Parts: sequence; C-alpha cells; structure tokens
Amino acid sequence: MLELSAAEISALQLSLQVGVWSVLGSLLPALAVAWLLARRNFPGKLLLDGLVHLPLVVPPVVVGYLLLVLLGRNGPLGRLLDAWFGLTVAFTWQGAAIAAAVMGFPLIVRAMRLSLEAVDTRLEAAARTLGAPRWEVFATVTLPLMAPGVLTGAILGFARALGEFGATITFVSNIPGETRTLPLALYTFTQTPDGEVAALRLAVISVVLALLALGASELLARRLQRRLSA
Amino acid sequence: MLELHVTKRLGAVHVAAELACPSQGVVALFGRSGAGKTSLVNMLAGLLRPDSGRIALRDAVLFDSASGIDLPPERRRIGYVFQEGRLFPHMRVRENLLYGWRRAPADERRIRLAEVVDLLGLETLLERRPGALSGGEKQRVALGRALLANPRLLLMDEPLASLDQARKQEVLPFVERLRDDLDLPIVYVSHAMEEIVRLADTLVLVSDGRVVASGSVEEMTSRLDLRPLTGRYEAGTVIAATVAGHDPRDDLSDLAFAGGLLTVPRLDLPVGTHLRLRIRARDVALSLERPRGLSIQNVFPATVVDIGEEEGAQLDVRLDVEGAALWARITGRAKRQLALAPGTRIYALVKSAALDRHALGRQPAGGRFLAPGSKLNGA
Repeated sequence: MLELSAAEISALQLSLQVGVWSVLGSLLPALAVAWLLARRNFPGKLLLDGLVHLPLVVPPVVVGYLLLVLLGRNGPLGRLLDAWFGLTVAFTWQGAAIAAAVMGFPLIVRAMRLSLEAVDTRLEAAARTLGAPRWEVFATVTLPLMAPGVLTGAILGFARALGEFGATITFVSNIPGETRTLPLALYTFTQTPDGEVAALRLAVISVVLALLALGASELLARRLQRRLSA
Repeated sequence: MLELHVTKRLGAVHVAAELACPSQGVVALFGRSGAGKTSLVNMLAGLLRPDSGRIALRDAVLFDSASGIDLPPERRRIGYVFQEGRLFPHMRVRENLLYGWRRAPADERRIRLAEVVDLLGLETLLERRPGALSGGEKQRVALGRALLANPRLLLMDEPLASLDQARKQEVLPFVERLRDDLDLPIVYVSHAMEEIVRLADTLVLVSDGRVVASGSVEEMTSRLDLRPLTGRYEAGTVIAATVAGHDPRDDLSDLAFAGGLLTVPRLDLPVGTHLRLRIRARDVALSLERPRGLSIQNVFPATVVDIGEEEGAQLDVRLDVEGAALWARITGRAKRQLALAPGTRIYALVKSAALDRHALGRQPAGGRFLAPGSKLNGA
C-alpha cells in the first residue's frame, strides 16, 4: 500500500526534474530582471514589468498555447532551436520545464525584487569606498543581503512548477514518462474509471512534497536570518 | 594639498564650494545641518558627482569636469566613516575590518589588522556580528574598517552624532589616537564645536553650500564676523597653552599661555604637555580696575579690540591678552557703564572652573604625526 507504483515514481521523478530545472533556468534571468526593475529607470520599464507579470494574470492555457506557437516545431523560435542546437522542446520534458519556468517567473522576480529593494544602497556605497568595484559589491554585499528573497523566490517557483497544469498540458501534452508530471497524472486518473484511489495517492504525494519544500525553505530562511541579525 | 572647487545643484541647495587646505592634520567642516557638508564629503569620496569643477588630493586628480576625469569611489583610496556606521550585517567584525584591506594594493598596506585591533580596542569584538554591537562599538569598527583600507585621506561624517554623550566619550579618545599616531589626513564633518576644538587643526565654515571661511581653529573662533556661523551659545575662543606646573596641596594646575598663567583644577598631565583650551565668552567677566577680594583666580590685563552687536540684552567683547584672543559676554548696560570702546585697557576675569577637561584638546604640535609606535613629544 505504501509502495509506489512505477507510474507514480515516474510522475514524481518527472515533476522534481521539471521543477528543479525550471527554477535553475529562471534564477539568473529573474535576477537580471529584478535588478532592472528595482534599480534602473529606462524607457519601456513598464512594458517589461507587465510582460513579466503576464503569466500571473492570463489563463495558463493561453500561455501554453503561445509557447506552442512560438516554440513548436514550426514556430519561429522552435525552428531556430532545432537548427542551432538540434533541440526540440515541444512534447518533451524540457518543454514542460520551460512552461513551468514561464509560469513561475513572475513569482521569482517579485520575491527577488522586493528583497533587492530592501537592500540598503548606503551599504553598497560604503563597500565602494572600501575599494570594491560595482560587480564585486553586488557579489559580496547585495547578493548575500538579498539571499532570503532569492530563496523565497526559488521555493515559490519550485512550488509553482510542481502545480503547473494548464500551460504544460497545452504546450507539451500528457505523455507518460515524458511530460506526465504529478498533476497531469492525477488528472488522468480522475478521467479513468476506478481511478479514485490512485488519484488520492497522487494527491497525498503532492501534498507531502509541497510540505517538504516549505519546511526546507523555512529552515534555510531561519539560518539566513540568524546570520543577518545575530 | 587638498583642492576642491565644485558646483552642484541639489534641489533647493546650490553647492558652490571652493577650498584649498593642507592635506595634513584634521580639517573640520563645520556648519548647520543642511549646509552641504555631507554633499561636499560625498563629492570627495566619489559618491556624488559634481556638476562641474575639480577635486585633487596631493598630486592625484580625482575629478575634473574640464578633462572628463571622474575616478570611481573604489579607485580614489579615500576612507569614509559614516554617521550610521554602515557595517555589513552579514559579516563578522573581522570580515568587516578586512573588507577594504583585502582590496588595497599589497604595497600600500601600511596598517595591519593587529595594529587597528590594538588601537581601537577591538579584540573581544572580532567574532561578533554587527547586530550584536553597541553604537559606540559599531563606530569603532567602522573606523577600523576605513583605516584598514589604507586610505590616503579619511573622511568622517559626524561619526559621533548618533551616539549619546557616554558613547561619544568612549569613541572620541580613539579618534584622537588616530589623529596623533597615524600620518593620515582627516576631513571631519561636525556641527559640534566641542568635537572640532578637541580634534581639528583647520576649521572650514560651510553655509548654504558655500565655504564661507577657513583657517586655523584658534584664528577662526576669534573672528567676530564669523560669530553668526560658529554659534552664539557656544561662543568662546580657543587658546593654546602648556602645562607649567602643579600645586598638589590645593589640587590645582598652572597653564602657561600667551597672556600669562592660568590656574585650573588639577590636570593629570605631565608638565610641558601642549593643550588647547576653550574659554567660553559667558565665563569671562570684565573690570576696569584690578579687582581685590575676589574669588576668581584668573585675572589678566587686556585691551578691548572689538565690540559686537547687542543681541537681546547682551553683547560680546573681543579682548587681546598679550596676543591671545578672549571673548567676554556682558550686558549692554555694563558696556555703557564701563564706557567700553576699542582700545580701552581693562582686566579680564576668567573663572577657573570654566576650564573643565571637556574643553581640553591637544595642541597641534609639530611632532604630532609620528610613525606608528613612536612616542609623542612631551606626552
């Protein structure tokens, strides 16, 4: 009863894989966008801000559809990816990771931006008078001070990736072993006669996974906070 | 030489300052809050870009709008102690201290961690985090951090302003040690005349974004025309003196200055020590004749040099005591009754109790700036 079936393990593994890669891939671009939004003024800032937040407000299915149009085999970006790297993302787990990344991106940017705005720029000025050039100040003062925000953003993004459904199923479909993550597997069981027990098991797994992620982030956040305040 | 002439529009304030002073000893920038002192030091540090002008320290041009030179702060090698410390909260005190040291060119690292820890008494703080330090401790660490970057000039922007009186007394001696033991020019921003008299050699008066006057502390505090800026309540002069002898029986000390011997409560300082005294105008009274049967011990023959405007019922009289300047604050009625006018011969009565330790500051002796480790002349 407690043993996981092959299908469950496959969905769990796939979900973790998609979640980790979507977050890892988002961190640097999100940091760059958060920095631009928090520290710079430039024409088109409002547009960038809106664009980044779009996945929060439009239906996920729309995002998935737009990804399909752009990155599908015949989409303009999809063709480039194919020609340059021989990479196909439509209907693959990489595509699922991209869908999850796009959906989680605004959450990550938001958390980072808030923590970046809370960093005292006077500390950065002090670091520069001590001989540190801009990028070194960022690496040694700014980034460590916004670490709790980066962590929060990563956890939020990861949780969002685990729950991603609409954009994923639209963009990369529901292929067992390739794109069938936990929510998709759960959905599949609800569409199958006598699938209630299996669906419930997946629901429990999802809840446990989410709780573990939350607990880990809480522990990390406390350690970071201790370092900053003690 | 420290040269600065800059202009900068900052909201309502238009900074247009010109200054050339020796890059040696302590240069104090004094003025009311909002006068533009901090803007000036920020421009020196490279944290604020002037609209136009030129800034040079010794032979290095830091900023020159004409030739497009604008060294970034990290390449100016100017240390900065901020009013609020600005320690890095995520680093231990030791890492904070070494932040600038690690980034200083290896051949310019004259000051080492051990020396600074010793000078500022930081041994017990090294493994702590800034959040666990008191205000005074934070400022000492900030001071050490700036020193360890081995700067060519040290800026201190009201480093004591955020501390209460007790913490001030804790940090001030360390600033004095730094002034006396290191050959490091310091620009010290303050609106507390006490600190300036105690620490500075050169006084620069800043008002409305302009340098109004600059010169030695003694000269500047005796100038009548600067009185509205140096402050009326704090009015007084600064005179240089030397410890001439002690009277253990009555617990008194004699201090020699240009005008004679001044008796003060016993000072725990060796004979020959150079001092700087601040004598407040309200602690000086005047008499046409040499008074007798008076509790005041310090009486000096003097000449009236100048008489200030009457403000309220009071006015200040500037006296010359054998070359030393003294101020006396008297009422307008007293002035009329004594028929005071420039040139009047008179006696100045100084209450000995007015010369408390608070007003003491070491005189800028020629031998003040010594290599670390050597002893002060006469101290």
